Amino acid sequence: MALAPDPMLPRRARVLASRQDTRDTWTLELELDGAAPLPFAPGQFNMLWPFGVGEAPISICGDPAEPARIVHTVRAVGAVSQAIAAAAPGAVLGLRGPFGHGWPTVQAIGHDVLIVAGGIGLAPLRPVILELLAHRGQYGRAALLYGARTPADALYGHELDAWRARGLQVLTTVDVADRAWTGAVGVVTRLIPRAEVDPARTVAMVCGPDVMMRFTAQELTARGFPAARVHLSLERNMRCAVALCGHCQYGPTLLCRDGPVLTWERLRPLTSVREL
Amino acid sequence: MSEALGLEDVLREHPFTTGMRPEHLRELAGCAREVLLAAGTFPIREGDAADTFYALRDGAVAIEVHAPSGPLVVQTLHAGDVLGWSWLFPPYRSAFDARVVEPARALAFDAPCLRGKAERDHELGYALMLRMARVFTSRLAATRLQLLDLYGPRA
Repeated sequence: MALAPDPMLPRRARVLASRQDTRDTWTLELELDGAAPLPFAPGQFNMLWPFGVGEAPISICGDPAEPARIVHTVRAVGAVSQAIAAAAPGAVLGLRGPFGHGWPTVQAIGHDVLIVAGGIGLAPLRPVILELLAHRGQYGRAALLYGARTPADALYGHELDAWRARGLQVLTTVDVADRAWTGAVGVVTRLIPRAEVDPARTVAMVCGPDVMMRFTAQELTARGFPAARVHLSLERNMRCAVALCGHCQYGPTLLCRDGPVLTWERLRPLTSVREL
Repeated sequence: MSEALGLEDVLREHPFTTGMRPEHLRELAGCAREVLLAAGTFPIREGDAADTFYALRDGAVAIEVHAPSGPLVVQTLHAGDVLGWSWLFPPYRSAFDARVVEPARALAFDAPCLRGKAERDHELGYALMLRMARVFTSRLAATRLQLLDLYGPRA
């Protein structure tokens, strides 16, 4: 994907729209100066910079077919992400990117696709879903398994039914619920047996908290999904985003360059190293 | 006899019995009947005698616990899951409610019948307990993850 001439030089991105998704999560729509397009691959991230606060890596969650419309879903958990989430329409943020190695949407052509997301982990997978649905005939069966803390914490609730109607099996589960919730209750790994895909010919893409991804990958491989076709997106301390500073080093990999998406085959030996 | 053979076929297809020897399947089928659990009903109530064990074939059942604020759903079970384990241990009283969320076809096992057969044939008992232990560990692992509040503020 095309980078700015100097990847360390931020560009100006104006906030066009802001929507609060859950109690702590907002989705922003941005536009570069002159409405310049920002082509990206699903799974890549931008560095967003609320001036005077700091810079943070945020996954791109827009539609790859609409590169001039830059969409980010942000969970306000720290100073930088809170400042990004608070950016109102008209505000200007610094933006560098896109960076990183994304999801294997091309390799997945001709295969079944299983998407497993937990919490805000659905955001980096949204471009995959949009691309898959835009080219539905190129893929086999496709399923989304989504786990959230409570029904009110689930992202993109308004889109899940639309995705289902367009040929994606969508199963959701929450950790805590009362009777008003008619869906499943339990961890997202409990949905795996219900996914209507053939493990041997499936490309799996998993994003969520580290622990959730580790247990999901273990469950998938135990059920016959090849480790080389189970892909996870890791979130670490990206700073320079161009493999210079080493802050995002994870064993022999620099996640900003080699990731954030890596296969379970590659990650499995690293997950047992506790210092990483 | 034909009904028992039909039940064996249904039982053989259920994940709970994967790898079970044919003679053990036959013994289990002898304690089973096919049931349809209607939405909104409670096949299991907290404190009631735990005299039935279910193998779900479809639908959804919520495990619930009463709280001052109202019933809370602990976990939901679906096709391939089994429902109920209080029937294994004295005093054979159910610890939670089970509410049918989506109509479910299931195999309902007579618990005293199963216990009696397991007691007389320890190989059958071992095969049964091995599968129940797998259910316990799987549910325990899932519950531990649930308790971690993975998607909470500290995640």
